[in-house]
Amino acid sequence: MACASGPRGGIIMFENIGEIFLLFWRTLLSLPLAWRQRQKVFDQFFEIGNASLLMVCVLSFFIGAVIALQTGPVLVERGLASAVGGIVGISLAKELAPVMMAILIAGRIGSAMAAEIGSMRVYQEIDALRTMNINPVHYLVLPRLIAIAIALPMLVVFAILVGWLGGAIVAETNSHIEIPFQAFWSNLRDVVELKDVANGVFKSFCFALIIGVVSCHQGLATIGGPRGIGRSVTKAVVNSIVLIVIFDYVLTRVLLQ
Amino acid sequence: MSTATNSHSGVNLQVRGLRKSFNGQEVLKGLDFEVKPGEIFVIMGPSGSGKSVLLRHLIGLEPPDAGEILINGESIQSPEIASKYRLAMVFQSGALLNSLTVGENVGLYLDEHRLKPPEEIARIVAEKLADVGLKGTEEKMPNELSGGMKKRAAIARALVIEPQLILYDEPTSELDPLSSVVIGEEILRLQQRIHVTSLVVSHDRDLAFGVADRIAVINEGRILTIGTPDEVKHFNDPLVQKFLNADFKHEP
Repeated sequence: MACASGPRGGIIMFENIGEIFLLFWRTLLSLPLAWRQRQKVFDQFFEIGNASLLMVCVLSFFIGAVIALQTGPVLVERGLASAVGGIVGISLAKELAPVMMAILIAGRIGSAMAAEIGSMRVYQEIDALRTMNINPVHYLVLPRLIAIAIALPMLVVFAILVGWLGGAIVAETNSHIEIPFQAFWSNLRDVVELKDVANGVFKSFCFALIIGVVSCHQGLATIGGPRGIGRSVTKAVVNSIVLIVIFDYVLTRVLLQ
Repeated sequence: MSTATNSHSGVNLQVRGLRKSFNGQEVLKGLDFEVKPGEIFVIMGPSGSGKSVLLRHLIGLEPPDAGEILINGESIQSPEIASKYRLAMVFQSGALLNSLTVGENVGLYLDEHRLKPPEEIARIVAEKLADVGLKGTEEKMPNELSGGMKKRAAIARALVIEPQLILYDEPTSELDPLSSVVIGEEILRLQQRIHVTSLVVSHDRDLAFGVADRIAVINEGRILTIGTPDEVKHFNDPLVQKFLNADFKHEP
């Protein structure tokens, strides 16, 4: 969140954090207007799903597959073949699916949000809204934040299921693992509880709020021309990812207690 | 900008001691002027003289460092001003929302504030677009319009508000002479039809002297003169005369 070095950079960073919290608070206050903005929420929701679903499937399938591939042979060698399903299941549900999907969405959707709002800012469209007494937070930020807060947890549930499938297929077909499909699922069901999936979904909900508010804030703070838009997009993605990783640790600590 | 007030007459605009600095550089250096209800007031000046910054203050997009802007005696910074008076601005670029059709852009104010049912909004949009010579363009996207059409669509969007004060930022910039004339006629027709107070910022001399009731010439954040077009034309100041008479001379 800092773009300059030294004390000035620190001040800018804290200014940005303050502005992000303020924007989040203003968006929360505008929640009663959500029903009025339902069409825009639906449009944004559709756009997020449409833009991300295929990538989510591919990414999560191979994440599940690679966990099985990395852990399977080692565990089988030590006579712990029955633990493969549990390891794939719990790592995907609690950690990898929420974090990886959040990073993917930050790059795919957060960047698009920052670019769209940033170009509206640069080309005076946001000023035009304000002169019509239309609050940009209600019109632009609220629908995006609601849409991403619904879409990301849903994508994460989807990613967990597809990731498990990827792990199960590799576990059965890889000659160094060869764990039957049924045994993999049985072990996964023994280890993974509903609350583990709920934890992952809750994390992804928090990450969605981070991506939405950080990206919209960067868009609204855009100055300059096309170069300014490019800077905002980069900042939106980088800041979102940094905050996702930090909050992942904080949320994990809280949820483990 | 709601329909709280049903008055169709223009408002009085007063600017007193307006100052603004950006990064230590003073852009507006204590401006004082008044625009009477229903008047077309043109602010002229060279590029970088502070015209657009002034306009952003007049619509409440920028807070002044010092001084005040009053609409019918009430500060533009007052939270009630938006619900009490209908103010509109036509931006230099048009500032149409690129993700919406022309029709959606023009009807945006009515739609967002839930002021009319959709069928009524569609009727008003068609009427306002026809008023500015853009009949049948409702379904077009802004990027399908020419520069002049975009500006006229922006005027239609402002008309929907039924404004009491309308601000134009360089309405003829980037336009060919014919389109400029159309925009000028639009400004005059609007003033005659709804008696709106109009404030036009421009460095287009033809437009200024063609539509203005009074003209102010601004340079480096200061007003050099205010008067009727005739008074300004004959104002004895080298800077004003240089600006008004600047012409390209080609010597073969």
